Parts: sequence; C-alpha cells; structure tokens
Amino acid sequence: MSLFCASLLQRLRPLGGLSIGLTLLAASGAMAAEVNLYTTREPRLIQPLLDAFTQDTGVEVNTVFVKDGLYERVRAEGGQSPADVLMTVDIGNLLDLVDGGVTQAIRSETLDAAIPAHLRGEDGHWYTLSLRDRVAYVAKDLDVGALHYEEVADPQRRGKVCIRSGQHPYNTALIAAFIAHNGLEATEAWLRGVKANLGRPATGGDRDVARDILGGLCDIGIANAYYVGRMKNAEPGTDAYRWGEAIDVVRPTFKASGGTHVNISGAAVARHAPHPEQAVQLLEYLVSDEAQSLYARANYEYPVKAGVALDPVVASFGVLQVDTLPLTEIARHRKQASELVDKVGLNQ
Amino acid sequence: MIRLSWSSRQQARLWHSGMLLAGLAVLAPVLSLLVLAVQGSPGHWTHLLDHVLPHAFVQTVILLAGVGVLSAALGVGGAWLVTAYDFPGRTTLSWALMLPLAVPTYIVAYAYLDILHPIGPVQGAVRWVLGYDSPRDFRLPDLRNLPGAILLMGFVLYPYVYLTTRSMFATQAASLIEASRLLGHGPRSTFFRVVLPLARPALAVGLSLVLLETLNDIGASEFLGIQTLTVSVYTTWISRSDLAGAAQIALLMLCLVIALIAAERQGRRRLRYSAGRRAHPLQPRPLHGAAAWLAALLAAAPIVVGFLVPAAYLLEQTVGRLLQEGPPSAQLLHAGLNTVGISLVAMLITLFLGLVVAWSAHIMVRPQPWQRALPRLATLGYALPGTVLAIGLLFPVTAMDHGLAWLRDHLGLESMRLVLMGSPLVLAVAYAIRFLTISVGSIEAGLMRVAPSMEQAARLLNETLNGTLRRVHLPLLKPALATAALLVFVDSMKELSATLLLRPMNFETLATWLYGEAARGTYEEGAIAALGIVLAGLVPLIALARLQQQTHHGHHA
Repeated sequence: MSLFCASLLQRLRPLGGLSIGLTLLAASGAMAAEVNLYTTREPRLIQPLLDAFTQDTGVEVNTVFVKDGLYERVRAEGGQSPADVLMTVDIGNLLDLVDGGVTQAIRSETLDAAIPAHLRGEDGHWYTLSLRDRVAYVAKDLDVGALHYEEVADPQRRGKVCIRSGQHPYNTALIAAFIAHNGLEATEAWLRGVKANLGRPATGGDRDVARDILGGLCDIGIANAYYVGRMKNAEPGTDAYRWGEAIDVVRPTFKASGGTHVNISGAAVARHAPHPEQAVQLLEYLVSDEAQSLYARANYEYPVKAGVALDPVVASFGVLQVDTLPLTEIARHRKQASELVDKVGLNQ
Repeated sequence: MIRLSWSSRQQARLWHSGMLLAGLAVLAPVLSLLVLAVQGSPGHWTHLLDHVLPHAFVQTVILLAGVGVLSAALGVGGAWLVTAYDFPGRTTLSWALMLPLAVPTYIVAYAYLDILHPIGPVQGAVRWVLGYDSPRDFRLPDLRNLPGAILLMGFVLYPYVYLTTRSMFATQAASLIEASRLLGHGPRSTFFRVVLPLARPALAVGLSLVLLETLNDIGASEFLGIQTLTVSVYTTWISRSDLAGAAQIALLMLCLVIALIAAERQGRRRLRYSAGRRAHPLQPRPLHGAAAWLAALLAAAPIVVGFLVPAAYLLEQTVGRLLQEGPPSAQLLHAGLNTVGISLVAMLITLFLGLVVAWSAHIMVRPQPWQRALPRLATLGYALPGTVLAIGLLFPVTAMDHGLAWLRDHLGLESMRLVLMGSPLVLAVAYAIRFLTISVGSIEAGLMRVAPSMEQAARLLNETLNGTLRRVHLPLLKPALATAALLVFVDSMKELSATLLLRPMNFETLATWLYGEAARGTYEEGAIAALGIVLAGLVPLIALARLQQQTHHGHHA
C-alpha cells in the first residue's frame, strides 16, 4: 500500500504542484483580461454562453460553481474576494445577496434597455437574465384544458399529484406568490389539499414528475417548463426522451391575476469586484440578442429580452402570460411559505 | 514507569504541541459556528418545536436505529463468517465485502430508484410475468420512504463495521473462541456469548462511523424524501436564509452526538480488551455441503446488493453513453486527476495528524482528564454535516487570509488577493479535519494492540520516544495505517458538500462533476463520473486486501 501510494504520488507530484502553483498565480490576479464568476448555476449549463463571450471579447471567464453558501463565501472573503459576477437562480436568493451587502450598484444603458424595469433592481444592484415559468406537467391522455394553480388541490385529484420538496426554492417562491394573491389561510388550505393529493412523497427533482407520470404514480405535477424543452429535445430512445413524451405542458394561472408564476435567474456585480469593467461587459453580453437566443435554444429558458426567438418546443406551450405580482412580493413572503410547508407537513 | 530521557521529553513536548494544534484546527469551525449561533434570535424555535423537530427527531431516530441494526448485522455477520468458517469463495468474499465503500450513498439511491421504478426493468419483468400492460394497473411499493432509506444505507455503509470487527476477530478472539468451543458451546452460543461482547469496541468504532454518516447525509435523504434533523438544518438555512438558526440546530445535534459517544465509552470504561499474550489467528472451521453454500450465499448477498447491482447499473449507463457520445471529455479526465490528487494529499495530511494525535495521547504520562479528552475532539469534524463544517471553516480560513494581507501591507509587499481560501491545499485540510476521526480511531486501536512489554524493552535499550515509534510501533501499525489510508482516501473521493463550498475556481472533482450533471437534471450523463469514483476507489481497496492477505499468511507461517 505504502509503495503503491509512493509511486502514484511520484507520478502525480508534478501535477499537484502545478495546480497549487497555478491557483496561487491565479489568486495574484496580474494576468490577461479575465472575469471571475461565482455561480449557483451549474457552469456547463451556461458554458456555451461563456465561450461565446470569450470569443467575442477575449476576456477569459473563471468559474466556481457553489451550491449552497455562495453568500456566506463571498461575505467571508470580504474585500479580498476575487468574485466579479455573482449569478444565481430564484429571486429570494438574489435579493439575499443584495440585502447582505455583497453586491454593488452599476449603471448600464444596455442593461436598462434590454431588461424591463420590474425585472431589475431600481438601484442597479441586480438584473434578471432569464425567466423560468412554473407549469403543470399533465399525462398525455388527460385533458385538463385551462388550469388554475388553485385546482391542483381539488379532491378529485386524490393520489394523482407529484411535486418536488416543498422547501425547494422553486416551490417556496410559488407558495409565496400564492400567499401574496390569496392570503395565508387560503394558502394553508391549498397546501393541505395538495398534500392529500400527493401520489408519492414530495421529493426528487422536476424531471421526476414526468418520469412518475409515465410510471403511473400520478397524472399531474408542478415543475419548471425548461426541463420539458430538454426532455422533448433529447435523443429519441433515451430515458429523458421517453419521460418528455409522456406529458403535455399546461401553463396554470392564478385565479386572481390570470398570470403564470415565473421565477428568474439573475446576476449582480460583486461589491469588491477586482474587474468591474469586465463584470459589466459580461452582464451586457448575457442580455445581447445572441446570448438571449442561446439561453432560449440551449437552456430552453424564457428570454428576459422581448423579441428573441423561442425554442420550438417552448413555443408550442403557447403564450406566456407572466403573473403581474412584483418579484419583491414573492421574496417578501418566502419565509412564511417555507414555514407553511412545515406546518402542513407537505414533505412528511 | 521508566523515566524519560531529556531528548525524549523534548520530543514528547513537540508531539503534545502538535496535538494541541490539531485540536485547535478541529475546534475552529465549531467555535465559528458557535459565534454564528449566538448572533441568531431564538424566535424560530417555537415554529421548529411545533412543526418540525418532533417529526424530524422521530424519523432520524428510526433511520439511525434501522441503519445501525442492519449494518451491524451485515458487518459483524460477514466478518464472523469469513473468519470463523471456511467455504467456497471465502478468500474473495473476505475482501469483496468491503466493495460497497467505493460507491457514494446518493449514487446507490439514484441507481436503485431507477432500477426499481415502475418503468424500470424489475417492475417491467414482474408485470410481464403477471400479464399486466401498464404500470397504472400494477405497481410494487415505492422506494422513496423510511424503510427504503434504511435498506439502502444499511447495505452501503456496513463495510465500516465489517472492516473494524474483522481485524478484531482475526487477531484477538482466537483463544477465547477456541476455549468456548472446547467448553462445548455451539456456534450460536459462542457467537452471542463470546464473539459479540469481544467485538464491542470494534463495533463501536465502526458503528459510530455508520451512524454519523447516516445522521449527516443530505443527498440520499433528500432524494428519498426523508425529513431528518439534518434536512431541517438545511431548510432553516437555505429556505429561510437563517444561517444562525441553522447553526443553533446543528450545534444542538452535535451536543447530542457527543453525549451518545461519551456514554458508550463510559459504558465500557471498566472493561479491558487487551490481547492475551498468545494472540494468534483463529483457525477457520471448514464447512461442507449445503452449509458451505449457504455461508457463501450469505456472505455474497451484501456485496450483490451494496455493490454489484449499482456498479452494473453504472457500467450499463456508461457504455450506453460512450456508444452515443464517444469518449469522455478531457475536462472529465482532468476532474478525475484532481480527485485522485487531492484525495491523496488529504489522506497524507489526515494520517499524519492522526498519528500526531494518537501517539501524543499514547505517550502522555499521567494525563489530566481534559488531556485524555483531547483525542476525542477529532470526532467533531465527522459529527457535523459536510456543508455545515465548510461554513464553519470559511471564517477561520478567510481570517487567516486577511491576516496575511495585513502582514503583506505592513511589509510593503505587493498586495495579493486570497491565498488560502479557494486553494486546493485548504480543501485538502478541510477533508483532513472532516476525516481525522477515522485515522485517530484506527491508529489508537492499532497502538492498543502493541504489547506494553515491547515498548518497555525498547526504552530499556535506551531508544528515544521517536526511535521507539519508528522502530517498534510504526512497523506494527502498518495494517492500521493502511486501513485508515483506504477509508480516508475513499471518503475524500466521495466528498461533495465541503468541496462545493470551498473549492478553487475552475476546479472540478468527479463528485462535483456528477453533482453538476444532477443539478442540470441530466443524472444519466453523470454515470461516467460516478463509475470513475467507484473505479478509483477499487484500486486502494484491492491493494489493502492484498496487504491484509500477506499479513494473514505471515501469521500462518
């Protein structure tokens, strides 16, 4: 064993030394134009965009994909933090960064022109990059017609509903919007109805909703729309393709507003960004027609910029009537939503 | 008591300072969590007590009890079978029983969910046999519940118990077991009255690893929809942005864990387990006919469930991927090298620190109670969920960075950004803090097996402390060090939560790669990375197995 380790180490020594050395160099920051991206989004999801950005501008993008604790890491790194751009999904997460004081205000006419005013911070602290509508996946043979979120709790759907954990940000945001529209009491009753209707525990991911509909565990489920773009565009014969083919997409609306719940992916420039110019440059690139259309075609997310062509699968879901509720309202009710999930025991 | 020479006393002082430093490193994240916790308001406890904790507590206790009983039964049972009996395939099975160590729990959970899903191969075959067309007409029970989680985790985690108890059986129990046999006790009576009580310290070590791993698991629990206490820590932090509240729950759990471990140690404080003077390996009793095959079957079952089925699943997925997409990308290979490199560095640091702590405790002359408790601090890193530990490390590490920056400014050197935070070295140190308990535990157990007479002889021959360590203990510690090295290496390769938070820029390991695929909702594309983790874990496993076989042959000679 020790011999084995020694020989393996010997072979790896140049490599290990190199990578530590390189990181030390990278930390010193005296290199060609570059921008450091801290993201809770999986980087390979946005890699085509970043590659195109580097091609256009010659600015290298370094990424670190942090799952939980992006805010905690940047705050602890403080004034020495190498982070330039902070990218995350869910309005609540984005506003946590802003409220925690790790972002800075920027001014950019390009950003202001591309992003509608209600989808960015008034003070230039945060910007929406794409929209993600939370829709219903419905079994192919089931005709539900138009659907309200409220109707997912109908007793006639007993044992037929699938949804991921109620504590996932996608769901807490939806429930927060429900609270904003219908009040706490009605939301609690709704969640009790949803819980009674569950065909399996509230767990897994959004794609599992499609898989479990194919598996007969449920007929209808709540999940994000872009997963369907990925599944239906998958290679025929793969599992993902089969799951995607088992469902149709219906965009539910709130009774009160007639709009569909939409969450966002967004970004901000870090407060102590060592490359603030390149940071703004990256954000501006991400809302360019080229990048927005890549968002739509590669990620199947809804472009934040008007007039950008959609992926055909996403276009087939029909017109997206975005809920008029301000995003900040959703963030404001998020804690209540999370506590309500505990109270009704949606995940239990 | 032999008086230490002057140079030995100097050496002892150095060892003790090393232990203090290691203790501080482990304490630092816990202290910074404590600082976080006291900043929070107690307001959320009403909500937690009303709606979260009672249910989470019950779920956690049932999960721990279930996984504990199952992994103890599989681990002790397997170890006993391959030490006490001889049957076809025994040699192969005796190392293959360690294989599930190589597969992360969350991968096993994912594999089984896919295999046993209503649209998976198993239920498809069942429907075909019974003549049903659609999963809507006939389905088997779902895996996503508490019993499912107990079964999966028990079958994946039992090797910790197997590893620790087997070495106990192999080297220590022989004369007592033979005595029991001579006194006319049957196999069952020998097992329950002699073997099991003898195995208690080893079982305690292995089982505590299993239970801590289960308690702190987040991947598999979330995936299977189990609401454990650890899940409620995450919910408080992530869904309600209340890190202080989360730290309060985590620290409370930590207190419970420490109390339980202390109670167990207290319970066997007055029991002595030292090896008899004529410790020799047990002669396995040959089995014949049906009994032999039954033994082989029993020993093979945990390997099939815990390793072969998920590994075959990953292999099938990988082959399908490779046929469709061609060879894996250079990035993935690079992630593989990163994984092996950082795990090796982490392993060396962990072994070194483990040796410092265990040896320093071993050579203490009349230690005070608080000094005796010092090595127990090593458990802290493992007793916290990975992400929580990483959060606790953020502040001490960046504080050191800020200190360095201050120093550079005062020395008039070029100002630099972060040096420690986001470096591979700090990541390796984080692994070492997390897994220190494994190396300390193994080395302590190894040191206990060295007969005091050998040590006294060495000292009488005027060896210094370090000379005794080098010439007497280290050679005898080889098996213990090898076991610790294996466990730490494999655990480092599987580590995900702390890596996600502390890693350098542009730095992927196989586990983070796999997680990335999962986050994109393309698990199946992560199969290659998952198989990479398994394969890279197999190499040291087999090396350890060969080493152990050599040692055993040595005993027979």
